Amino acid sequence: MTTVAVKPATMAQALTRALRDAMADDPAVHVMGEDVGTLGGVFRVTDGLTKEFGEDRCTDTPLAEAGILGTAVGMAMYGLRPVVEMQFDAFAYPAFEQLISHVSRMRNRTRGRMPLPITVRVPYGGGIGGVEHHSDSSEAYYLATPGLHVVTPATVADAYGLLRQAIASDDPVVFLEPKRLYWSKDTWNPEQPTQVEPIGRAVVRRPGRSATLITYGPSLPVCLEAAEAARAEGWDLEVVDLRSLVPFDDETVCAAVRRTGRAVVVHESTGFGGPGGEIAARIAERCFHHLEAPVLRVAGFDIPYPPPMLERHHLPGVDRILDAVARLQWEAEG
Amino acid sequence: MTVMEQRGAYRPSPPPAWQPRMDPAPLLPDAEPYRVLGTEAAAKADPDLLIRLYAQLVRGRRYNTQATALTKQGRLAVYPSSTGQEACEVAAALALEERDWLFPSYRDTLAVVARGVDPVEALTLLRGDWHNGYDPRTHRVAPLSTPLATQLPHAVGLAHAARLKGDDVVALALVGDGGTSEGDFHEALNFAAVWQAPVVFLVQNNGFAISVPLAKQTAAPSLAHKAVGYGMPGRLVDGNDAAAVHEVLADAVRHARAGGGPTLVEAVTYRMDAHTNADDATRYRADAEVEAWRAHDPIELLEAELTARGLLDQPAIEAARQDAEEMAADLRDRMNRDPELDPMALFDHVYAETTAQLREQRALLRAELEAEQEQHGEPEGGIR
Repeated sequence: MTTVAVKPATMAQALTRALRDAMADDPAVHVMGEDVGTLGGVFRVTDGLTKEFGEDRCTDTPLAEAGILGTAVGMAMYGLRPVVEMQFDAFAYPAFEQLISHVSRMRNRTRGRMPLPITVRVPYGGGIGGVEHHSDSSEAYYLATPGLHVVTPATVADAYGLLRQAIASDDPVVFLEPKRLYWSKDTWNPEQPTQVEPIGRAVVRRPGRSATLITYGPSLPVCLEAAEAARAEGWDLEVVDLRSLVPFDDETVCAAVRRTGRAVVVHESTGFGGPGGEIAARIAERCFHHLEAPVLRVAGFDIPYPPPMLERHHLPGVDRILDAVARLQWEAEG
Repeated sequence: MTVMEQRGAYRPSPPPAWQPRMDPAPLLPDAEPYRVLGTEAAAKADPDLLIRLYAQLVRGRRYNTQATALTKQGRLAVYPSSTGQEACEVAAALALEERDWLFPSYRDTLAVVARGVDPVEALTLLRGDWHNGYDPRTHRVAPLSTPLATQLPHAVGLAHAARLKGDDVVALALVGDGGTSEGDFHEALNFAAVWQAPVVFLVQNNGFAISVPLAKQTAAPSLAHKAVGYGMPGRLVDGNDAAAVHEVLADAVRHARAGGGPTLVEAVTYRMDAHTNADDATRYRADAEVEAWRAHDPIELLEAELTARGLLDQPAIEAARQDAEEMAADLRDRMNRDPELDPMALFDHVYAETTAQLREQRALLRAELEAEQEQHGEPEGGIR
């Protein structure tokens, strides 16, 4: 057996590798979207796929998101496994009707006779200095729609592993790619990708005893950084990476919260009506007697995503997380 | 070579002259809807086909009246009647080969039934016991689509996928005049033309989108004209002339199957009944207009042609009506039985694998049903 050196790889490279391996393993896998062919995608995630597999397998489509996803529905009805790229979070909105009215419901509508194995890749979130419509965190819309799986990787290994699982899934998966982590690096062997936990399982990225930070996608590195910083304050923070918003891993989350008795949910998306509200409610329903303090949320402000020169004030950062952790010292306030 | 030398050598070429991809003239529809019945073209029509069309028209009309009656009896939640439009429905089903696919909208139950789907299963959505009654793959019929025009890109994608797999399968998608204003209509036509997908779009222009007349829907000379801008042929046909609709659709299907790409067909017809039983058509249209269209009835047009040519006599007409009555009696009988509902099935087909959250909710419903059963005896349906 030849040993391949484990080199640093970016999340974008791992995603490309996942697409390539999925296409090589299964001729039914088709990649489609605006600019995914010759250009290789605006983030280069589909780089080289047209060259390797031809225009029929990695297709530059007309610029029309409803059309891209709508034709993918028909392709899936005929037995293909389309992987659709939406280019940017807010560009996916024209495709919402197809997603909500058809993609999410076809299995249910046809009593399981017509599943739609479609993966919708959505680069999402801020922190890259994008202008309006290029930084939305749209996960709340997706997770409110029954029938869709909603997953989001935060590590290089998960980017590969979760995307392979999403493409292999017989259900539609909204695959949210944290675009500011596209260039994050990790040691990763593309020839022997490590197995990752299945869709639907959360992972404790950092064990701790004082409080649990629950997060996903772009906020994971921020939470890990906050946990390191909190050591100076004597706080030993646990960090849970959800990885999958639907299905939701109540078991891992609740076990973590019961261990520490304190929880903060961290995400970029707006707090009001955002995923944090749902997560906090689930924790309150299941772990009330284990809680030493109310479940807090550190989220984006309830504003349209701000212009790039102001986005650092909007995005949950280490200080805001540490402030929330400080507020968890509930008994001291009595 | 220095950078300056390179710059000196650079001679910007003039922008290439824009070239239209093809002469739009052959794409343009005729000024008047194409007709067969009552014209010389009728002599060339296949008598067997005309007789099959006739039998299906009579059945279709009877299906419409029976389903409308079932609505009044509370057996159907709603029924969007296609009375007056039967020629489009029947021709759509008969223009396809078995391996082809049909993508219907909510008013196209007749096309679905004419394709061979069980008449009761075709009404499942409208009865309200489930969202779709039949297996789409068995008859190659997509579920009835309630959102307007959203099924059109599905037809394009399926036709495209079939061609990628090397199958000579054609998709026929049905949409109404109102649906042509939706974005999905335009995106579907554009994708179909760019991909040269083997797909045929049939617009049943029945005059109204609920209450809004065509003049308030579009400023185009005809809906068939819209094809030209996408680079596909548009055909305008009399939607009450079953022979004409069949001929135009069969042509378009052949063209698509042979690799000629998509066609947009507009069939000009009229919705004789209201939009649904919940609609009052007298608020937006005059009786005189309805009566004028009654004189252009699709069944009578074909009956006159067949009778004049000696292909149909009174006993044959009676036989067709008798066949339709039997279908209606069977439909009535089966629709008057209460459907068997299983509340636990609510959780069965949300995901391939039921999530932990849905398992919890399933247990909650089961407990509720068991409590109900203890209090009142047998609940609705059984508990699994």
